[in-house]
Amino acid sequence: MDYYLKLVSFNDGGWGWLLLKGAAITISLAVATLPFGLALGLVVALGQRSKSRVLRVPAIAFTTVFRGLPELLTLYLVYFGLQLGLQRLGRDLGFSGGIDIPPFVAGMMALGLVIAAFSSEVWVGALNAISAGQGEAARSLGLSPGQTFRFILLPQIIRVALPGIGNNWMVLLKDTSLVSVITLPELMFVTSRANVVTKEAFFFFGLASLIYLFFSLVSMAGLGRLEARSNRGYGLR
Amino acid sequence: MMDSLRDIAGLFLNLDILDRYGYRILQGLGLTLQLVAVSVLFGFVLGMLIAHARLSKSWLLSGLAYCYTTFFRGTPLLCQLFLVYYGIGLFLPAWRATLEDIGLWAYFRDAYIWVVITFTLNTAAYQAEALRGAMQAVPRGQTEAAKALGLHQFRILQTIIWPQALLIALRPLGNELIIMIKASSIASLATLYDLMGQTRFIFARTFDLSVYLYAAILYLLMVETIRRLWGLMETRLMRHTLR
Repeated sequence: MDYYLKLVSFNDGGWGWLLLKGAAITISLAVATLPFGLALGLVVALGQRSKSRVLRVPAIAFTTVFRGLPELLTLYLVYFGLQLGLQRLGRDLGFSGGIDIPPFVAGMMALGLVIAAFSSEVWVGALNAISAGQGEAARSLGLSPGQTFRFILLPQIIRVALPGIGNNWMVLLKDTSLVSVITLPELMFVTSRANVVTKEAFFFFGLASLIYLFFSLVSMAGLGRLEARSNRGYGLR
Repeated sequence: MMDSLRDIAGLFLNLDILDRYGYRILQGLGLTLQLVAVSVLFGFVLGMLIAHARLSKSWLLSGLAYCYTTFFRGTPLLCQLFLVYYGIGLFLPAWRATLEDIGLWAYFRDAYIWVVITFTLNTAAYQAEALRGAMQAVPRGQTEAAKALGLHQFRILQTIIWPQALLIALRPLGNELIIMIKASSIASLATLYDLMGQTRFIFARTFDLSVYLYAAILYLLMVETIRRLWGLMETRLMRHTLR
């Protein structure tokens, strides 16, 4: 028992601080990615519903591709693709030397694309759930399309989309563990390190599982509250 | 400028790779399909058991099933895989003599079996939730009517509940299959040469991004094929509900 306590202690030789920092990076990556992914997802959703083919086809292609690719593959494509692409571009333009993409940024972009694709489906469903009369009424009151979207449609869409967005968040939270493969020192990366050094696989991966589980349970509780709050104008359901 | 554009396009398109490594890519594809098929099938059986445990009247059984699904759905698959793969690795040397005696050492030494076990445990949790929801969606009156007719418990499940529940669960189970195809790429992080593993291997040798593009096309093909197949299956199996 003492031995294990020492393994996670916060002073010399313990992994406490590193694990805590790793968990913090995991959460910040997920929190930083979410708004970017959701916003892009909303744009893609509006594209999918657009009457113009030029907007609709790429939007549908985007969703199909990034929903169908393994997250790991997307991550490698973004990370190595950006790295090699920028390096070649730099070389052609006369810069020498390597260009490094920070793993955090690559992770954010890759997971953002994935979440955008997943959430665009949720947004489309929510947009379809709002009756056309809402937009027509807003227009007859003289609101501009932008105002209609911001003040009439968006508040209603968010309520309908919330459960789906909640699922997206849970997926995102777990997918951050993949970013460890491009050496971002988040929870999974630190845990793997600890395993290599101490050979205590069950202890460390078990501990990491519990930390992820804790995040998931807290998220579930939080999402439940948010949903209850967003439905408060609609009576008991 | 044109040169640099062509250079960047050249990052993604290189047919030499297919010549030299096409066979490896196909082998990887085979392993991916095999991993997914085996773990989804075993996962279905286990998931069915867990779904019934979750719905059982015994609080102990349903509590255990709840903990199981919450744990496996609340933690990343990568973490579960490492927990099993590296965790078992600690004990394996001690079991070696016994396993060699019964002739199973070669299987247990390999990462393959641990990956299949982890994937099975993981997908079982998700499938259990889909199946539980589907069984709860079958109206109670169905069970009551069957009881009134004097059918017994297993007969009721076999002829009344399961056929209806499986139809309801068809779509979520299809989604789970697609998720497993994508998630199976994680096997490459436990030293297996599935499609993703071979891709990583080839990239490490050539530094040629086009191999990732070919892998992407293959994954998309698998996912789209299953999506279409499932659509066809659904229209066929649900034709009695169409009016």
